[in-house]
Amino acid sequence: MKLTRREAIAMGLGSTMVAMLPLRVSAGSHGAIMAFTGGVEPGEGNITLSAPEIAENGNTVPVGVDAPGAVEIMILAMGNPNPQVADFKFGPAAGAQEVSTRIRLAGTQDVVAVAKLADGSFIQTSQNVKVTIGGCGG
Amino acid sequence: MATGVKPRVKVPKTAAAGDSVTIKTLISHKMESGNRKDKEGNVIPRSIINRFTCDFNGVNVIDMTMYPAISTNPYVEFKAKVDASGEFKFTWYDDDGDIYEAAKSITVS
Repeated sequence: MKLTRREAIAMGLGSTMVAMLPLRVSAGSHGAIMAFTGGVEPGEGNITLSAPEIAENGNTVPVGVDAPGAVEIMILAMGNPNPQVADFKFGPAAGAQEVSTRIRLAGTQDVVAVAKLADGSFIQTSQNVKVTIGGCGG
Repeated sequence: MATGVKPRVKVPKTAAAGDSVTIKTLISHKMESGNRKDKEGNVIPRSIINRFTCDFNGVNVIDMTMYPAISTNPYVEFKAKVDASGEFKFTWYDDDGDIYEAAKSITVS
């Protein structure tokens, strides 16, 4: 079958649209990570993010992060209007680099935890959380 | 001044020296994210707790910056290392300038 120009353009447009489909990622969410790390792309490491696979209520989603040896941990919600969720700095009296809290997720998205280790390097992990009812009031 | 803000903290009463104890904190606060609109369509301005710190005997345990994505009635659970008896001090800082505090003692043997 010969591909007409019209069909080629339609295919091009179609694939561009599929590529742009939300996957809810807000503008600047990667930028927020870069701002935290000073431009360094975080690597893999010993950091665990606990979040439910499906959150019934986007207004209160329990999340936990554990990153032994971390000095600071940042949690981001890549699809929220503002990706930053929380930043934890651990002091000398911290018992472990482990925290839990509850956050708002506007919709199904990736939750990312980035940790700054004592040696200045950065590691990250992420988990996709499906949200049935969005929690940013919008 | 944010009204009806009440902190609640759970700290073990006793521990052994060198233990890592789990601390649970809750504070009742609306955490208005700044994303909601009222009936007329005006944006309800952001008004949240933006920072939470915990010190033990004057030494910092954790310093948390909160953004609007933290849920209403912020709950934070973390671990602190105790090497002697003393007092935990918890402080929450509100966008509107208010500061809320709580304190809990622990006996360490």
